[in-house]
Amino acid sequence: MSLLKEFTKGLNKENPVFRLMLGLCPVLAVSSSVNNAIGMGAAATFVLVCSNCVISLIKGFVPAKIRIPIYITVIATFVTIVELVMAAYAPELSKALGVFIPLIVVNCIILGRAEAFASRNSLISSLIDGLGMGFGFTLALTLIATFREILGNGTWLGYPVFGSSFEPALMMILAPGAFITIGFIIGFLNWLDHRKAAL
Amino acid sequence: MDFQSLIIISIGAIFVSNFVLNRFLGLCPYIGVSKQLDAAVGMGMAVIFVMSMASIVTWGIYHYFLTPAESNLLFKLFLGGKGKPPDLTYLRTISFILVVATLVQFVEMVIQKVSPALYRSLGIYLPLITTNCAVMGVAILNIDAEYNFIQSVVNGFMSGIGFTLALVLMAGLREKLELANVPKAMQGVPIAFIMAGLMSLAFLGFSGLSF
Repeated sequence: MSLLKEFTKGLNKENPVFRLMLGLCPVLAVSSSVNNAIGMGAAATFVLVCSNCVISLIKGFVPAKIRIPIYITVIATFVTIVELVMAAYAPELSKALGVFIPLIVVNCIILGRAEAFASRNSLISSLIDGLGMGFGFTLALTLIATFREILGNGTWLGYPVFGSSFEPALMMILAPGAFITIGFIIGFLNWLDHRKAAL
Repeated sequence: MDFQSLIIISIGAIFVSNFVLNRFLGLCPYIGVSKQLDAAVGMGMAVIFVMSMASIVTWGIYHYFLTPAESNLLFKLFLGGKGKPPDLTYLRTISFILVVATLVQFVEMVIQKVSPALYRSLGIYLPLITTNCAVMGVAILNIDAEYNFIQSVVNGFMSGIGFTLALVLMAGLREKLELANVPKAMQGVPIAFIMAGLMSLAFLGFSGLSF
């Protein structure tokens, strides 16, 4: 598959959140504001790209029976790096994301791509695949966060969108809003697919 | 033993900060296994066990091997208790996830021996408890909240019960949903998420509880 296809498949056709249904926990938890969403997306993309590269490099040396613990250790190392760097250089983001930064290590997307792709493909393909999936993840996160922040807070990235008379729907930035938003987005994507199939 | 704090932790873990409906931890099995009631109950039992055991073992590892305190065993063994204890808390993520992975492997073997039918019905979701945010999440939350040993175990166990409660409720609802007239685009996962949102809204009512 051409490298461009590798990258773009992560954005729509194999979008990890909306199509593959992976990595849902941080998506719903962190998408209450676009700022947090982009921060989490960047962190997860970094871990995904680095672990994809390393696992692609060591794929010839890893015995099949213990490959999962080895992948987990590689991923956990990069997550620890991100944890410490974030705590040092972006402390407010680190506090806002809270427990979900170390939880990047159990993000199904990263282990899933390592197992399904990086362990079988070249370094460059794995890097591009990691970038594509990471961008797709960030895109999905930002989309959901856009809905939740605009409706639930009246702002986007902190800038007010409506006038001062807007009464935000507080529910949207709380837990139920996350579930309902992602339910409607996946339903809408399903509807688009059915229409394309019917044509 | 401070019973009041344990009761507060329990009520908090099951209702106020329900792991699935409020903290968003454990969503993949929540969407995947909640289609039948028996599979949901079996999954819930496995998760309760893994979460409790993980709370115990990770608390021990953190407080006896990683913290920069006098009780650090590595400090006592290798440095003879002299000087400053080393701060190994950055190894928290790696050590916790490896512990959880081992525990889940163990639980998988036990279930395979004891109840092959349950093993088959859980399918791929049993090894996926390893990557379940809920197990790793409760381990880290125990450390962040600075609970002592008893509080950590209670939190782990009760969080598992909260997860199972949400899972069983969802499974019961989805079984009924099979007979309802859902629009084609919303069938399957989308309507499950909307239902989870409504359940989450209901559980939000608990957030006003105070003692």
